[in-house]
Amino acid sequence: MPLNRRQIAWRAAQDLADGAYVNLGIGLPTLVSDFIPAEREIVLHSENGVLGVGPAPGGNEIDWDLINAGKQPVTLVTGGSFVHHTDSFLMIRGGHLDLALLGAFEVSENGDLANWTTDDPSFPPGVGGAMDLAVGAKEIRVLLEHTTRAGAPRIRRHCGYPLTAASVVRRIYTDLAVIDVTAQGLVVHELVEDVDFPTLQAKTEADLRPASDMKALRAPAF
Amino acid sequence: MIDKRVRSLAEAVAGIPDGAIVLCGGFGSAGLPDALCEAVIEQGARDLTIVANNAGTGRTGLAALLAAGRVKRIICSFPRSAGSVVFEELYAQGRIDLELVPQGTMSERMRCAAAGLGGFYSPVSVGTRLAEGKEHREIDGRLYVLEAPLKGDVALLAAHRGDRWGNLTYRKSARNFNPTMAMAASLSIAQVRQVVELGEIDPEMVVTPGIFVDRVVEVAS
Repeated sequence: MPLNRRQIAWRAAQDLADGAYVNLGIGLPTLVSDFIPAEREIVLHSENGVLGVGPAPGGNEIDWDLINAGKQPVTLVTGGSFVHHTDSFLMIRGGHLDLALLGAFEVSENGDLANWTTDDPSFPPGVGGAMDLAVGAKEIRVLLEHTTRAGAPRIRRHCGYPLTAASVVRRIYTDLAVIDVTAQGLVVHELVEDVDFPTLQAKTEADLRPASDMKALRAPAF
Repeated sequence: MIDKRVRSLAEAVAGIPDGAIVLCGGFGSAGLPDALCEAVIEQGARDLTIVANNAGTGRTGLAALLAAGRVKRIICSFPRSAGSVVFEELYAQGRIDLELVPQGTMSERMRCAAAGLGGFYSPVSVGTRLAEGKEHREIDGRLYVLEAPLKGDVALLAAHRGDRWGNLTYRKSARNFNPTMAMAASLSIAQVRQVVELGEIDPEMVVTPGIFVDRVVEVAS
Protein backbone atom coordinates (compact mmCIF):
# COMPACT_ATOMS: atom_id res chain seq x y z
CA MET A 1 0.00 0.00 0.00
CA PRO A 2 1.28 3.51 -0.77
CA LEU A 3 1.75 5.61 2.36
CA ASN A 4 -0.72 8.37 3.10
CA ARG A 5 0.52 11.89 3.79
CA ARG A 6 0.71 11.39 7.54
CA GLN A 7 2.69 8.19 7.04
CA ILE A 8 5.18 9.97 4.77
CA ALA A 9 5.60 12.58 7.53
CA TRP A 10 6.02 9.82 10.13
CA ARG A 11 8.74 8.17 8.05
CA ALA A 12 10.68 11.43 7.66
CA ALA A 13 10.40 12.05 11.41
CA GLN A 14 12.09 8.73 12.20
CA ASP A 15 15.33 10.02 10.66
CA LEU A 16 15.56 13.17 12.81
CA ALA A 17 18.59 13.07 15.09
CA ASP A 18 18.35 13.89 18.78
CA GLY A 19 19.41 17.51 19.29
CA ALA A 20 18.89 18.58 15.69
CA TYR A 21 17.70 22.07 14.71
CA VAL A 22 15.17 21.52 11.93
CA ASN A 23 13.00 23.71 9.73
CA LEU A 24 9.73 22.25 8.47
CA GLY A 25 8.46 23.74 5.22
CA ILE A 26 4.81 24.52 4.65
CA GLY A 27 2.45 21.79 3.49
CA LEU A 28 3.36 18.13 3.91
CA PRO A 29 6.52 18.74 6.03
CA THR A 30 4.47 20.61 8.65
CA LEU A 31 2.86 17.27 9.53
CA VAL A 32 6.25 15.95 10.68
CA SER A 33 5.88 17.85 13.97
CA ASP A 34 3.15 15.39 15.00
CA PHE A 35 5.55 12.45 14.79
CA ILE A 36 8.76 13.52 16.52
CA PRO A 37 9.94 10.42 18.43
CA ALA A 38 9.18 11.05 22.09
CA GLU A 39 12.65 10.29 23.42
CA ARG A 40 14.38 12.85 21.16
CA GLU A 41 14.72 16.61 21.66
CA ILE A 42 14.36 18.24 18.25
CA VAL A 43 14.24 22.04 18.03
CA LEU A 44 11.87 23.13 15.28
CA HIS A 45 12.56 26.46 13.63
CA SER A 46 9.91 28.51 11.86
CA GLU A 47 11.08 31.17 9.41
CA ASN A 48 8.92 33.87 10.99
CA GLY A 49 11.16 33.94 14.04
CA VAL A 50 10.20 31.01 16.25
CA LEU A 51 12.87 28.65 17.55
CA GLY A 52 11.23 25.78 19.42
CA VAL A 53 7.85 25.37 17.73
CA GLY A 54 5.52 23.21 19.80
CA PRO A 55 2.34 21.32 18.96
CA ALA A 56 -0.85 22.94 17.71
CA PRO A 57 -2.74 24.70 20.53
CA GLY A 58 -6.04 23.57 21.95
CA GLY A 59 -9.03 25.65 20.90
CA ASN A 60 -8.89 27.97 23.92
CA GLU A 61 -5.08 28.34 23.75
CA ILE A 62 -4.96 29.89 20.26
CA ASP A 63 -2.81 33.03 20.21
CA TRP A 64 -2.63 34.79 16.84
CA ASP A 65 0.67 36.39 17.84
CA LEU A 66 2.17 32.89 17.72
CA ILE A 67 1.96 31.32 14.28
CA ASN A 68 4.11 29.19 12.00
CA ALA A 69 5.30 29.73 8.43
CA GLY A 70 1.94 28.50 7.15
CA LYS A 71 0.20 31.13 9.33
CA GLN A 72 -1.36 28.45 11.52
CA PRO A 73 -1.43 28.96 15.29
CA VAL A 74 1.26 26.98 17.15
CA THR A 75 2.74 26.85 20.65
CA LEU A 76 6.26 27.36 21.96
CA VAL A 77 8.12 24.58 23.76
CA THR A 78 9.84 25.19 27.08
CA GLY A 79 13.23 26.62 26.18
CA GLY A 80 11.95 28.17 22.97
CA SER A 81 12.69 31.72 21.88
CA PHE A 82 11.66 34.45 19.46
CA VAL A 83 13.89 36.34 17.06
CA HIS A 84 13.22 38.97 14.42
CA HIS A 85 13.17 38.11 10.73
CA THR A 86 16.70 39.11 9.87
CA ASP A 87 18.11 36.85 12.58
CA SER A 88 15.73 34.07 11.63
CA PHE A 89 17.06 34.13 8.07
CA LEU A 90 20.61 34.48 9.35
CA MET A 91 19.99 31.12 11.04
CA ILE A 92 18.69 29.75 7.74
CA ARG A 93 21.18 31.22 5.30
CA GLY A 94 24.19 30.96 7.57
CA GLY A 95 24.10 27.19 7.86
CA HIS A 96 22.93 27.11 11.48
CA LEU A 97 20.07 24.68 10.83
CA ASP A 98 21.00 21.01 10.61
CA LEU A 99 18.17 20.13 8.30
CA ALA A 100 15.25 21.51 6.35
CA LEU A 101 12.39 19.23 5.34
CA LEU A 102 10.68 20.78 2.34
CA GLY A 103 7.78 20.06 0.05
CA ALA A 104 8.34 20.02 -3.72
CA PHE A 105 6.61 19.99 -7.06
CA GLU A 106 9.58 18.17 -8.61
CA VAL A 107 13.06 16.91 -7.77
CA SER A 108 15.68 15.98 -10.34
CA GLU A 109 18.16 13.11 -10.30
CA ASN A 110 20.98 15.44 -9.26
CA GLY A 111 18.97 16.97 -6.43
CA ASP A 112 17.62 20.08 -8.15
CA LEU A 113 14.55 21.34 -6.32
CA ALA A 114 11.47 22.99 -7.86
CA ASN A 115 8.95 24.08 -5.25
CA TRP A 116 8.09 27.75 -5.73
CA THR A 117 6.15 28.26 -8.95
CA THR A 118 4.37 26.22 -11.59
CA ASP A 119 4.11 29.28 -13.86
CA ASP A 120 0.33 28.93 -13.75
CA PRO A 121 -0.75 32.30 -15.18
CA SER A 122 -3.88 32.38 -13.03
CA PHE A 123 -1.79 32.56 -9.83
CA PRO A 124 0.77 35.19 -8.87
CA PRO A 125 4.05 33.48 -7.92
CA GLY A 126 5.29 33.29 -4.33
CA VAL A 127 8.76 32.31 -3.16
CA GLY A 128 8.62 32.94 0.60
CA GLY A 129 11.62 31.40 2.34
CA ALA A 130 11.99 28.48 -0.07
CA MET A 131 15.16 29.67 -1.79
CA ASP A 132 16.79 30.75 1.48
CA LEU A 133 16.12 27.35 3.07
CA ALA A 134 17.20 25.40 0.01
CA VAL A 135 20.71 26.87 -0.04
CA GLY A 136 21.12 27.63 3.65
CA ALA A 137 20.31 24.58 5.74
CA LYS A 138 23.12 22.04 6.17
CA GLU A 139 20.96 19.34 4.61
CA ILE A 140 17.80 19.34 2.50
CA ARG A 141 15.34 16.47 2.42
CA VAL A 142 12.11 16.55 0.48
CA LEU A 143 8.69 15.03 1.11
CA LEU A 144 6.36 14.65 -1.84
CA GLU A 145 3.86 12.37 -3.53
CA HIS A 146 5.70 10.15 -5.99
CA THR A 147 3.53 11.26 -8.93
CA THR A 148 1.05 14.04 -9.70
CA ARG A 149 -2.68 13.35 -9.41
CA ALA A 150 -2.61 12.69 -13.16
CA GLY A 151 0.14 10.11 -12.64
CA ALA A 152 3.06 12.12 -14.05
CA PRO A 153 6.42 11.50 -12.34
CA ARG A 154 7.66 14.17 -9.94
CA ILE A 155 11.15 12.67 -9.70
CA ARG A 156 12.64 13.59 -13.03
CA ARG A 157 15.87 13.74 -15.02
CA HIS A 158 15.52 17.53 -15.09
CA CYS A 159 12.90 19.64 -13.36
CA GLY A 160 10.31 21.05 -15.74
CA TYR A 161 9.27 23.80 -13.35
CA PRO A 162 11.52 26.77 -12.47
CA LEU A 163 14.22 25.83 -9.97
CA THR A 164 14.31 26.85 -6.33
CA ALA A 165 17.95 25.74 -6.06
CA ALA A 166 20.29 23.40 -7.93
CA SER A 167 21.78 20.17 -6.53
CA VAL A 168 20.62 20.57 -2.94
CA VAL A 169 18.31 17.62 -2.16
CA ARG A 170 19.96 14.65 -0.42
CA ARG A 171 16.99 12.43 0.51
CA ILE A 172 13.47 12.05 -0.88
CA TYR A 173 10.49 10.60 1.02
CA THR A 174 7.47 9.65 -1.08
CA ASP A 175 4.35 7.55 -0.65
CA LEU A 176 6.22 4.70 -2.36
CA ALA A 177 9.88 4.91 -1.42
CA VAL A 178 12.78 6.50 0.43
CA ILE A 179 15.39 7.54 -2.12
CA ASP A 180 18.87 9.02 -1.66
CA VAL A 181 20.42 11.43 -4.14
CA THR A 182 24.03 10.29 -4.55
CA ALA A 183 26.92 11.13 -6.85
CA GLN A 184 26.11 7.85 -8.60
CA GLY A 185 22.43 8.74 -9.08
CA LEU A 186 19.22 7.93 -7.24
CA VAL A 187 19.40 4.97 -4.85
CA VAL A 188 16.24 3.40 -3.42
CA HIS A 189 16.69 2.58 0.26
CA GLU A 190 13.16 1.56 1.07
CA LEU A 191 10.23 0.51 -1.10
CA VAL A 192 6.64 -0.20 -0.04
CA GLU A 193 5.94 -3.90 0.06
CA ASP A 194 3.35 -4.44 -2.64
CA VAL A 195 5.07 -2.35 -5.32
CA ASP A 196 7.92 -4.05 -7.18
CA PHE A 197 11.00 -2.22 -8.40
CA PRO A 198 10.03 -2.10 -12.12
CA THR A 199 6.69 -0.54 -11.13
CA LEU A 200 8.49 2.10 -9.04
CA GLN A 201 10.84 2.80 -11.95
CA ALA A 202 7.86 3.18 -14.30
CA LYS A 203 6.47 5.91 -12.03
CA THR A 204 9.84 7.71 -11.97
CA GLU A 205 11.36 9.56 -14.91
CA ALA A 206 14.92 9.48 -13.57
CA ASP A 207 16.84 6.20 -13.39
CA LEU A 208 16.71 4.43 -10.04
CA ARG A 209 18.75 1.63 -8.62
CA PRO A 210 18.07 -0.40 -5.51
CA ALA A 211 20.42 -0.17 -2.55
CA SER A 212 22.23 -3.44 -1.89
CA ASP A 213 20.33 -3.66 1.40
CA MET A 214 17.01 -2.20 0.19
CA LYS A 215 14.33 -2.62 2.85
CA ALA A 216 10.55 -2.62 3.00
CA LEU A 217 9.00 0.81 3.65
CA ARG A 218 6.43 0.36 6.41
CA ALA A 219 4.61 2.88 8.57
CA PRO A 220 2.01 2.51 11.32
CA ALA A 221 -1.60 3.17 10.33
CA PHE A 222 -2.68 6.79 10.91
CA MET B 1 12.02 66.68 26.10
CA ILE B 2 11.50 63.79 23.76
CA ASP B 3 7.91 62.77 23.20
CA LYS B 4 7.20 60.64 20.16
CA ARG B 5 3.68 59.81 21.23
CA VAL B 6 0.92 61.09 19.00
CA ARG B 7 -2.74 61.20 19.95
CA SER B 8 -4.37 59.95 16.79
CA LEU B 9 -3.81 57.68 13.81
CA ALA B 10 -4.26 60.72 11.57
CA GLU B 11 -1.37 62.47 13.33
CA ALA B 12 0.66 59.24 13.14
CA VAL B 13 0.52 59.01 9.34
CA ALA B 14 0.57 62.74 8.56
CA GLY B 15 2.93 63.84 5.81
CA ILE B 16 3.45 60.54 3.98
CA PRO B 17 4.14 61.74 0.43
CA ASP B 18 2.74 60.35 -2.80
CA GLY B 19 5.10 57.83 -4.35
CA ALA B 20 6.68 56.88 -1.01
CA ILE B 21 8.34 53.52 -0.41
CA VAL B 22 6.49 52.19 2.63
CA LEU B 23 7.87 49.27 4.63
CA CYS B 24 4.99 47.43 6.25
CA GLY B 25 5.68 45.03 9.13
CA GLY B 26 3.97 41.74 9.70
CA PHE B 27 3.93 38.10 8.66
CA GLY B 28 0.41 37.17 7.67
CA SER B 29 -1.73 39.00 10.22
CA ALA B 30 0.79 38.71 13.08
CA GLY B 31 2.51 42.02 13.71
CA LEU B 32 0.71 43.73 10.83
CA PRO B 33 0.11 47.47 11.44
CA ASP B 34 -3.50 47.23 10.26
CA ALA B 35 -4.72 50.48 11.85
CA LEU B 36 -1.87 52.49 10.33
CA CYS B 37 -2.50 50.97 6.88
CA GLU B 38 -6.14 52.01 7.09
CA ALA B 39 -5.17 55.47 8.34
CA VAL B 40 -3.09 55.96 5.20
CA ILE B 41 -6.30 55.59 3.17
CA GLU B 42 -7.75 58.62 5.00
CA GLN B 43 -4.44 60.46 4.82
CA GLY B 44 -4.54 60.20 1.03
CA ALA B 45 -1.04 59.23 -0.14
CA ARG B 46 -1.07 57.42 -3.47
CA ASP B 47 1.25 55.66 -5.95
CA LEU B 48 2.87 53.95 -2.99
CA THR B 49 5.42 51.14 -3.18
CA ILE B 50 4.73 48.72 -0.35
CA VAL B 51 7.39 46.36 1.00
CA ALA B 52 5.73 43.56 2.96
CA ASN B 53 6.14 39.82 3.29
CA ASN B 54 2.54 39.15 2.27
CA ALA B 55 0.04 41.16 0.27
CA GLY B 56 -2.73 41.41 2.84
CA THR B 57 -5.60 39.14 3.79
CA GLY B 58 -9.32 39.74 3.71
CA ARG B 59 -10.35 43.32 3.05
CA THR B 60 -8.93 45.11 6.09
CA GLY B 61 -5.52 46.52 7.01
CA LEU B 62 -2.98 46.27 4.19
CA ALA B 63 -5.60 44.69 1.92
CA ALA B 64 -7.83 47.75 2.41
CA LEU B 65 -4.99 50.06 1.35
CA LEU B 66 -4.51 47.95 -1.78
CA ALA B 67 -8.25 47.91 -2.44
CA ALA B 68 -8.32 51.71 -2.21
CA GLY B 69 -6.02 51.81 -5.24
CA ARG B 70 -3.16 53.56 -3.43
CA VAL B 71 -0.47 51.00 -4.14
CA LYS B 72 1.17 50.82 -7.56
CA ARG B 73 3.89 48.35 -6.67
CA ILE B 74 4.50 45.73 -4.02
CA ILE B 75 7.80 44.12 -3.06
CA CYS B 76 6.90 40.86 -1.49
CA SER B 77 8.14 37.31 -0.83
CA PHE B 78 4.80 35.52 -0.69
CA PRO B 79 1.92 37.62 -2.02
CA ARG B 80 -0.58 34.83 -2.44
CA SER B 81 -1.76 33.17 0.74
CA ALA B 82 -5.08 32.24 2.26
CA GLY B 83 -7.44 35.20 1.91
CA SER B 84 -5.22 37.40 -0.31
CA VAL B 85 -8.28 38.18 -2.45
CA VAL B 86 -7.66 41.90 -3.03
CA PHE B 87 -4.10 41.41 -4.24
CA GLU B 88 -5.15 38.57 -6.54
CA GLU B 89 -7.85 40.73 -8.12
CA LEU B 90 -5.48 43.65 -8.69
CA TYR B 91 -2.76 41.37 -10.04
CA ALA B 92 -5.14 39.63 -12.46
CA GLN B 93 -6.28 43.05 -13.70
CA GLY B 94 -2.70 44.24 -14.15
CA ARG B 95 -3.27 47.08 -11.68
CA ILE B 96 -0.33 46.32 -9.40
CA ASP B 97 3.33 45.56 -10.11
CA LEU B 98 4.93 42.73 -8.16
CA GLU B 99 8.63 42.39 -7.37
CA LEU B 100 9.16 38.95 -5.91
CA VAL B 101 12.09 38.69 -3.48
CA PRO B 102 13.19 35.69 -1.40
CA GLN B 103 12.12 36.32 2.17
CA GLY B 104 15.56 36.44 3.76
CA THR B 105 16.91 38.57 0.93
CA MET B 106 14.11 41.08 1.48
CA SER B 107 14.87 41.28 5.18
CA GLU B 108 18.64 41.50 4.70
CA ARG B 109 18.30 44.19 2.02
CA MET B 110 16.49 46.35 4.56
CA ARG B 111 19.05 45.57 7.26
CA CYS B 112 21.74 46.64 4.81
CA ALA B 113 20.03 49.98 4.25
CA ALA B 114 19.68 50.38 8.02
CA ALA B 115 23.37 49.62 8.53
CA GLY B 116 24.59 52.03 5.86
CA LEU B 117 25.94 49.27 3.63
CA GLY B 118 25.94 49.28 -0.15
CA GLY B 119 24.62 45.76 -0.64
CA PHE B 120 25.66 42.18 -0.05
CA TYR B 121 26.46 38.97 -1.90
CA SER B 122 23.99 36.16 -1.25
CA PRO B 123 23.98 32.53 -2.38
CA VAL B 124 20.17 32.60 -2.37
CA SER B 125 18.54 32.39 -5.82
CA VAL B 126 21.76 31.46 -7.66
CA GLY B 127 20.82 29.29 -10.64
CA THR B 128 17.19 30.41 -10.58
CA ARG B 129 15.06 32.85 -12.48
CA LEU B 130 15.23 35.35 -9.59
CA ALA B 131 18.99 35.74 -10.10
CA GLU B 132 18.69 36.73 -13.75
CA GLY B 133 20.33 40.06 -14.55
CA LYS B 134 22.12 40.28 -11.20
CA GLU B 135 25.87 40.58 -10.80
CA HIS B 136 27.37 37.19 -9.90
CA ARG B 137 30.61 36.69 -8.02
CA GLU B 138 32.48 33.60 -6.90
CA ILE B 139 33.80 33.86 -3.35
CA ASP B 140 35.81 30.96 -1.90
CA GLY B 141 34.44 28.65 -4.55
CA ARG B 142 30.78 29.47 -4.03
CA LEU B 143 28.63 31.56 -6.36
CA TYR B 144 26.76 34.59 -5.02
CA VAL B 145 24.53 37.34 -6.44
CA LEU B 146 24.75 41.00 -5.51
CA GLU B 147 21.69 42.33 -3.71
CA ALA B 148 21.03 46.05 -3.27
CA PRO B 149 20.00 47.77 -0.05
CA LEU B 150 16.28 48.51 0.32
CA LYS B 151 15.47 51.71 2.19
CA GLY B 152 12.03 52.94 3.09
CA ASP B 153 10.77 56.48 3.12
CA VAL B 154 8.32 55.32 5.77
CA ALA B 155 7.96 52.23 7.97
CA LEU B 156 4.59 51.24 9.38
CA LEU B 157 5.14 49.02 12.41
CA ALA B 158 3.09 47.07 14.92
CA ALA B 159 4.56 46.52 18.38
CA HIS B 160 3.29 45.42 21.77
CA ARG B 161 4.41 48.16 24.11
CA GLY B 162 6.04 51.52 23.48
CA ASP B 163 7.11 54.55 25.51
CA ARG B 164 7.51 58.26 24.74
CA TRP B 165 11.10 57.77 23.60
CA GLY B 166 9.91 55.22 21.03
CA ASN B 167 11.37 52.13 22.72
CA LEU B 168 9.40 49.10 21.53
CA THR B 169 8.77 45.54 22.63
CA TYR B 170 7.01 42.87 20.66
CA ARG B 171 4.98 39.80 21.50
CA LYS B 172 5.89 36.30 20.28
CA SER B 173 6.03 35.84 16.49
CA ALA B 174 4.40 39.24 15.93
CA ARG B 175 7.96 40.60 16.10
CA ASN B 176 8.93 39.31 12.61
CA PHE B 177 9.91 42.11 10.17
CA ASN B 178 9.09 45.02 12.49
CA PRO B 179 12.51 45.55 14.16
CA THR B 180 14.39 45.51 10.83
CA MET B 181 11.89 47.80 9.13
CA ALA B 182 12.01 50.22 12.08
CA MET B 183 15.73 50.68 11.41
CA ALA B 184 15.47 50.93 7.63
CA ALA B 185 13.15 53.90 7.03
CA SER B 186 13.48 57.68 7.25
CA LEU B 187 10.18 57.96 9.13
CA SER B 188 9.22 55.03 11.38
CA ILE B 189 5.72 54.96 12.80
CA ALA B 190 4.61 52.37 15.36
CA GLN B 191 1.15 51.38 16.45
CA VAL B 192 1.39 49.81 19.90
CA ARG B 193 -1.16 48.05 22.03
CA GLN B 194 -0.07 49.90 25.10
CA VAL B 195 1.88 53.09 25.70
CA VAL B 196 3.77 52.85 28.98
CA GLU B 197 5.73 55.33 31.06
CA LEU B 198 9.39 55.85 30.32
CA GLY B 199 11.31 53.34 32.42
CA GLU B 200 8.53 50.80 32.61
CA ILE B 201 10.13 48.71 29.90
CA ASP B 202 13.09 46.79 31.29
CA PRO B 203 16.09 48.03 29.25
CA GLU B 204 17.16 44.41 28.79
CA MET B 205 13.83 43.74 27.06
CA VAL B 206 13.84 46.63 24.58
CA VAL B 207 13.95 45.14 21.08
CA THR B 208 13.72 48.35 19.05
CA PRO B 209 15.46 51.27 20.79
CA GLY B 210 13.79 54.64 20.38
CA ILE B 211 16.52 56.01 18.11
CA PHE B 212 14.85 54.11 15.28
CA VAL B 213 11.30 55.28 15.96
CA ASP B 214 9.70 58.64 15.18
CA ARG B 215 6.06 58.30 16.17
CA VAL B 216 4.14 56.04 18.57
CA VAL B 217 0.38 55.73 18.62
CA GLU B 218 -1.66 53.56 20.95
CA VAL B 219 -4.26 51.38 19.25
CA ALA B 220 -6.40 49.25 21.55
CA SER B 221 -6.39 45.63 20.36
